[in-house]
Amino acid sequence: MTDKVMSADEAVAQVHDGDLVAVGGSLFSRTPMALIFALVRSGRSGLTLTRSLTCYEAELLMVSGGVDGLVTSWVGLGLQWGVSPVVRMLVEQGHAFHEEWSHLALGLRFKAGAMGVPFLPTATMMGSDLEARSKAARVTCPYTGQELLAVPALVPDVAFLHVHRADKFGNLQVEGYRHMDVDIARAAKRVVVTAEQIVDTSEIVRNASDTMLPHFTVDAVVHQPFGAYPGECYGLYEADMAHLDSYVQGLRDRGPQAGVEHYLRENVTTRATFDDFLQHVGRDRLAALQQQAMEMTT
Amino acid sequence: MSPASPEELRTITISRMLDDHRVVFAGVGAPLVASALARRLHAPHLSVVLEGGIIGVTFRDGSLPVSTNEMRAAFGAPMLTDITDVFLYAQAGFFDYGVLGAAQVDRFGNINSSIIGDHDHPTVRLPGSGGANDIASLCNKLLIVTSHESRRFVEKVDFITSPGWLSGGTTRCDAGLRQGGPAAVVTELAVFDFHPVSKEMRVCALQEGVTIDEVRSRTGFELTTVADVGQVAPPTSVELQTLRKLTGVDAHQ
Repeated sequence: MTDKVMSADEAVAQVHDGDLVAVGGSLFSRTPMALIFALVRSGRSGLTLTRSLTCYEAELLMVSGGVDGLVTSWVGLGLQWGVSPVVRMLVEQGHAFHEEWSHLALGLRFKAGAMGVPFLPTATMMGSDLEARSKAARVTCPYTGQELLAVPALVPDVAFLHVHRADKFGNLQVEGYRHMDVDIARAAKRVVVTAEQIVDTSEIVRNASDTMLPHFTVDAVVHQPFGAYPGECYGLYEADMAHLDSYVQGLRDRGPQAGVEHYLRENVTTRATFDDFLQHVGRDRLAALQQQAMEMTT
Repeated sequence: MSPASPEELRTITISRMLDDHRVVFAGVGAPLVASALARRLHAPHLSVVLEGGIIGVTFRDGSLPVSTNEMRAAFGAPMLTDITDVFLYAQAGFFDYGVLGAAQVDRFGNINSSIIGDHDHPTVRLPGSGGANDIASLCNKLLIVTSHESRRFVEKVDFITSPGWLSGGTTRCDAGLRQGGPAAVVTELAVFDFHPVSKEMRVCALQEGVTIDEVRSRTGFELTTVADVGQVAPPTSVELQTLRKLTGVDAHQ
């Protein structure tokens, strides 16, 4: 076991141009935003992003030039804000590709990667245009003759996760829903994690059944409180809907491209670290989100 | 109390179709609100499942979740798991109902939430399936709730994101989908079912004050009807009050 603690910038050096990057969490929950911001600043390009519910983090990476393709089951801004104007613009103009799978099909693609098998059979997506447009072939059960869809394993080059607790070796614990994090990490070639807290291994041992992933699946551990902000981290802080709302408003006022560029200048590219960004957001605001989360989960 | 809005009418109508002691896999928006309403009224033991990994959603008045994974949705739930796991319960046949909205729906109950126009040169790129395809493929019975406009009710959807009865007849089963299929469509104008053999959508009952001609004029395909078209009972004041408490809309307005 080795000490894997490093900075976000050092951790993001695990990403190379052209990589397939899997992002943990889902929608505005436990999205590894500190790593997304560091990836924007790194200037990597030609990346493909894969995730189940994809939203604002993809827009940031697409406009900044990092990501030009999505492998996803859904992309939008969230129910209250509708479709993603950036994805609409880039996909409708042919500047980015959007490969769509159903949630279960995408989840099983990660699971196949996690299990070390080339595909998994499933009864979903059959007969739809998602199947017709996908790379998935069919397979016949050798026992019953039932025809099933064989979804191919998806092996990301790098996975980004955000968790509640890690030790320095990369034993990871979370609270609440786990999204697709376990399969994403087990499928990926390299795994980079931000943690709200770095704790001693003895503390991990105390609640060993909360451990989501063992150290040998993890390559880099970054200590980053509020690392999922402006999204939520279950039980610790609520999503900052006002921040996200003003982001969406910026896209409406300035147009998708200029709106995202403005947001990046204000929050990402002119801030050396994620902590600088959090300081800009303000301590009181973060404390209020912690309070809301506590009321919601206790 | 003001009369029910079209959205409230749809939500109340579909909530009545969810029986007690069953399991419902609900999409966000009207499906989730309808599931909450059913739990408050006739189905207190209805288990509500969200694709974000939340099994047994409880609801607080004025604080309904807007997404499938958030603390408001998780509050009070006996089980939190991962996304893929939830869908594997559906694949194993545990979920009695799936409830979905629809950007576009056709006469065989196929739903489009992906693309308007040509696939390679889309006019509009929509958010996509999320779990909708899986809910439509795997739940034992699919209920669809949507507003009634001719641009939504089309002869053939531009893209089948979520399978209904595909091209009708036995085509769904032939495509490998052994379970489920749409059972009803609910709008502010009417309730529809599907012919047992041809699988074509047909008018089953009309909402209060709506004529069959009105339904036909706002539908983009030829509609048949069941032999004896019924009337949907109008919302009761209890249903409307309970719904407005849930959604946080002032019950006294």
